[in-house]
Amino acid sequence: MRILVSLLSGGLFSIGLIVSGMINPARVLGFLDVAGGAWDPVLAFVMGGALVPMAVAWRIRAARSHPVLGHGFPAAPGPVDGRLVLGGALFGAGWGLVGLCPGPALAGLTLGGWPVLVFVAAMLTGMAVHAFALPGGRPAGIAR
Amino acid sequence: MLIEPDAMLAGLAGGLLIGLASAMLLLLNGRIAGISGIAGSVLAAPRGVESGERVAFLAGMIGVPAIWAAVAGAPEITITGSVPLLVAGGLLVGIGTRIGGGCTSGHGVCGLSRLSPRSLVATGAFMVVAALVTGTARHVIGG
Repeated sequence: MRILVSLLSGGLFSIGLIVSGMINPARVLGFLDVAGGAWDPVLAFVMGGALVPMAVAWRIRAARSHPVLGHGFPAAPGPVDGRLVLGGALFGAGWGLVGLCPGPALAGLTLGGWPVLVFVAAMLTGMAVHAFALPGGRPAGIAR
Repeated sequence: MLIEPDAMLAGLAGGLLIGLASAMLLLLNGRIAGISGIAGSVLAAPRGVESGERVAFLAGMIGVPAIWAAVAGAPEITITGSVPLLVAGGLLVGIGTRIGGGCTSGHGVCGLSRLSPRSLVATGAFMVVAALVTGTARHVIGG
């Protein structure tokens, strides 16, 4: 059952990326290009729309001891540190270069042609470098 | 600024779907819909606990758009054809999201909605740097 929920959640997430237009890197770059004179605000609407169900979900979570199908909820967020800022900055640099972050990159894998395939191969290589070649790789949980 | 009411409404609707997908994973499975975390964990520990459900999430994420395109038509995807840009961008996104512990979904959607200071700082960092890089690439280097 948890497997089915995960499959449906991943699929619904991708449909959201398609409907919102965020699967298109050109649209994302239009948002990031604040100095261009033709700023595209749609990403802000997507963020706003996504935050509403999740804000409700966190309130429901606060009233429950465990998830419907699970053993426990995610741990509280860790501390703010240098790694967080460094990682965020590196990610931002890559995002700003191409306009793809991990969600739209994977959602567009079968639709975006060879450029998306090249990007995803490089992205997975970067993740593998972190996991196997850098200190502090192989974290126990899912990122939050 | 571009004012496109249809695109804004579609953005809001798509955002709600993204939020619903994330909310369902949290409340039913007790997991964070952080794409970089899910993909990175599968890579780092393919036979780890809960790897099966992470693979299922990724399968839905990759497979459903192919079905969507067959039924409703392919969405527009306009992306650079520069291999050095794609490789550099992909490497930075892969390594950066793992060092920083999340991306637009994990820190952006899931973290901001729980008012996590960690996610506020991370989202600020990647938004500001991404805007600087895009602006520099378009208006200083490119044209």
